[in-house]
Amino acid sequence: MTFAVVVFPGSNCDHDAYHAIKHVLGEDAVFVWHKETSLHGADVVLLPGGFSHGDYLRTGAIARFSPVMRAVEDAARAGTPVLGICNGFQVLLECGLLPGAMLRNRDLKFHCEFVHVRVERTDTPFTRAAREGQVLRLPIAHGDGNYWAPPETLDALERGGQVVFRYATAAGEVTDEANPNGSVHGIAGICNEARNVVGLMPHPERACETAVGSDDGLVVLRSVLGTMAGDGALEAASR
Amino acid sequence: MTSRTEGREMTIDAAVLERHGVTRDEYRRIVELMGREPYLTELGMFSVMWSEHCSYKSSRVHLKTLPTDGERVLQGPGENAGAVDVGDGLAAVFKIESHNHPSFIEPYQGAATGVGGIIRDIFTMGARPVALLDSLRFGAIDRPPTRRLVKGVVAGIGGYGNSIGIPTVGGEVMFDESYGGNPLVNVFCLGVARHDAIVKGVASGVGNPVYYVGAKTGRDGIHGATMASAEFDEKSAEKRPAVQVGDPFMEKLLLEACLEVMKTDAVVGVQDMGAAGLTCATSETGSRGGVGVEIDVTLVPQRETGMTPYEIMLSESQERMLLIVRRGREAEVERIFEKWDLHAVRIGEVTADGMLRVRAGGEVVAEMPNRALTDEAPVYRRPMREPAGHDERRRIPSDALGVVLPPQDVFLQLLASPTVASKRWVFEQYDHMVRTNTIAAAGAAAGVIRLKGTRRALAMSVDGNGRFCLLDPRHGAALAVAEAARNVACSGATPIAATNCLNFGNPERPEIMWQFAEAVAGIGEACRALGTPITGGNVSLYNETDGQSVLPTPVIGIVGLLEDASAVRTRVFPAAGLDVVLFGENLGELGGSEYLKTMHRLVRGMPPALDLARERALQALVVRLIGEGRLASAHDCAEGGLAVTLAECCFESGGVGAAVDVPAAPSDGGVDTVIATLFGESASRVVAAVAPGDVAAVLEAATAAGVPARRIGRTGGDRIVIAVDGARAIDCALGEAETRWATSLAHWMEGRAA
Repeated sequence: MTFAVVVFPGSNCDHDAYHAIKHVLGEDAVFVWHKETSLHGADVVLLPGGFSHGDYLRTGAIARFSPVMRAVEDAARAGTPVLGICNGFQVLLECGLLPGAMLRNRDLKFHCEFVHVRVERTDTPFTRAAREGQVLRLPIAHGDGNYWAPPETLDALERGGQVVFRYATAAGEVTDEANPNGSVHGIAGICNEARNVVGLMPHPERACETAVGSDDGLVVLRSVLGTMAGDGALEAASR
Repeated sequence: MTSRTEGREMTIDAAVLERHGVTRDEYRRIVELMGREPYLTELGMFSVMWSEHCSYKSSRVHLKTLPTDGERVLQGPGENAGAVDVGDGLAAVFKIESHNHPSFIEPYQGAATGVGGIIRDIFTMGARPVALLDSLRFGAIDRPPTRRLVKGVVAGIGGYGNSIGIPTVGGEVMFDESYGGNPLVNVFCLGVARHDAIVKGVASGVGNPVYYVGAKTGRDGIHGATMASAEFDEKSAEKRPAVQVGDPFMEKLLLEACLEVMKTDAVVGVQDMGAAGLTCATSETGSRGGVGVEIDVTLVPQRETGMTPYEIMLSESQERMLLIVRRGREAEVERIFEKWDLHAVRIGEVTADGMLRVRAGGEVVAEMPNRALTDEAPVYRRPMREPAGHDERRRIPSDALGVVLPPQDVFLQLLASPTVASKRWVFEQYDHMVRTNTIAAAGAAAGVIRLKGTRRALAMSVDGNGRFCLLDPRHGAALAVAEAARNVACSGATPIAATNCLNFGNPERPEIMWQFAEAVAGIGEACRALGTPITGGNVSLYNETDGQSVLPTPVIGIVGLLEDASAVRTRVFPAAGLDVVLFGENLGELGGSEYLKTMHRLVRGMPPALDLARERALQALVVRLIGEGRLASAHDCAEGGLAVTLAECCFESGGVGAAVDVPAAPSDGGVDTVIATLFGESASRVVAAVAPGDVAAVLEAATAAGVPARRIGRTGGDRIVIAVDGARAIDCALGEAETRWATSLAHWMEGRAA
């Protein structure tokens, strides 16, 4: 499979995603510069972490206007699996592919540390190889990861099973102490209604080798293998 | 006359010279080199290039004595950064630099631009920056201004490094009253390049175009270098405009664009515009290449209107570079910068006459030999004198020690001292994992990054101990080299090269100059003995406020090479049931120790002895044993001595305690023997965990290497138990000790419950 790794000016986890896909998973990856208008027929789209355009405005607020985003939106609507990690998640929120918004972390500080997240749903292209309730040890590195949405949106997310990851203890308990940034409902990642677009703040691509502290993130990238847009496997998994 | 040439009409009098920090003698020298009186613009250019910060005029004679050669050295001092061979055709390009003065005036931007400046030095050489370390010194933590500075500096370092995507993989933070009015912010950056891709800051090829790339020039930072060459007083806050503002996003674009351009061979030379801005970049590239450079300041992209040539030449606006491009290849270079939406403007060309000629349109506004600004800068042999009372200070007044607390109380107090306590509050604000190379994270003694595509890894550590250097600058500086190298060795890497950042007070005072010269001598001795040549660095003088100098603080950065990345070790005991082995000898030396400072508010005594041959043998042994897989963990003994070291090995292990029994050390001048044994800071010691089956082989290897070593106990249990000569001195729940250590800094910084 071919992953398109979108590169915005200021992306800085683009090479990490590329390395994980190409050298750990052994799949194909291509960088797509933000000024391009095509994703070159990639099977999966990955919006990496970083500080797109410096993020001096709201995070991801300028990146959504990059020419490549029209292609990303078209691909998302056509059912192509789209994964936004950290800043990539923030861009997905800004462009409306996912609902909600990010606030500064509740203690107003940048946090870089390993956290635990619980997999809430396995019916997305990025979690179908995981077990429901599985706890993953993944790094976070962000200053604006405090997920927020109005109550009616939150209700819809919860009702529709769109909360994909929640911050939890190592034992899988969702507690306030295990929540590193103040996100509502301990939300670490969500998906859209069609379930093919997933965004999360933790970095699965940074946790693909035990040498760097954890390989729990592999399951996220591995899940999508063999999941072509509209293929039967995804529907089967969700049943 | 137009404002553009205002520099020509102004008379240069004593007041003008004083404002520029130029002495009468220096002015006479300028007139002599020019063959005429300089214009104001020219005086400004001389003043920044001849400032202490740029010219090293007080330090140069001493720095020349440092060892700079070695079989791995590809680039020694004199370029933007040093470079050493690390195998597989790769080079490690690294340097450390200070940003002390700006960080005091405006902590966030001062620290941020310090990070930005050193990163530029590295990619200027054609290397991709892959790791940052910081060595920080602040005043007493119980003073509110200190906490404001810590918060600002840490946020500034994070704000820049996190955004640009270079991991901060380690560093150190220490606190002492002497840094209260003058914090130290030293930033180390390491990059990786292929040998044949290293680019130098040399202009060559008459007729080659000179390009200005990156951010526009504004009025920020004018005379930054001059500011960094003077003491602080109550008026320093007025100098705030001389601190630049950083834009990590701009630098990220510049970094990617420059590395892309340097992959072509369209670029002859590159220099970043840091201190002294355009003046420094043009004159240094020109003088290194033995050529002239001619530029037109009206072509320089400007952020503000009405800037004079004086302001343009002296601006220290950030995120700017000077490129010397091969003639005929201009379009290729411009295309790449355009892709990254950056300015790339041809502002001049290389000439044959060795002159730096600055035009404003048709008019020449400054003209002098490049060498006059650089090689001809004054060199001072400043007078030196051992400080009065120096011998007295080196004696521990045992009568002043007062009541000695029980060892366990001392232990818990030391663990909570901000210098010893966990720095998690700091390093969690830094992205230490981006680039997915970090295999020994922040909080271990050395930062270790793997080199993707090879089996190897690089370890790096920055260390310095101002107290030791106050008590004996030569010896204290050698101890800093030894400690940095030992930290690197404890990760399993062989130390291969060094960089230094020398932070001292006013060199015009003979006592300070003496400290400086002694420290440089000590660094030289240690680097020679340990096989770690100095490939570059930085000198920061005038670290004084209201006549009060900081502790003499040479900070040493050591880079080490780990042949097999998978063999990397950290300080943490990985399991229960391992034997604990202590390498080295415990001499119970308390001079300059954290114990004396924390418990008795004293900086007295002789710093620990250092036998460099024995130190080298110890490091080689540790590296070899780690390579053979015989050490499960390794940790250097430093602040707080053996007791604190052992505790640190237990911390973050997931609850692996330890019980050890050590022989009493010889008593140090009437000090309690148990205290000296537990908290003395003797050098050349390492605590390691060893599988019981390997202990005999490990001890045998130590004997063969001439390194004292003994098994002192075993890991396991949920307590830290330390006995001296069989008598239990410390017996403490690991959880209690770890909580003290882990929460102290956050408690100080945020008033959270400890």
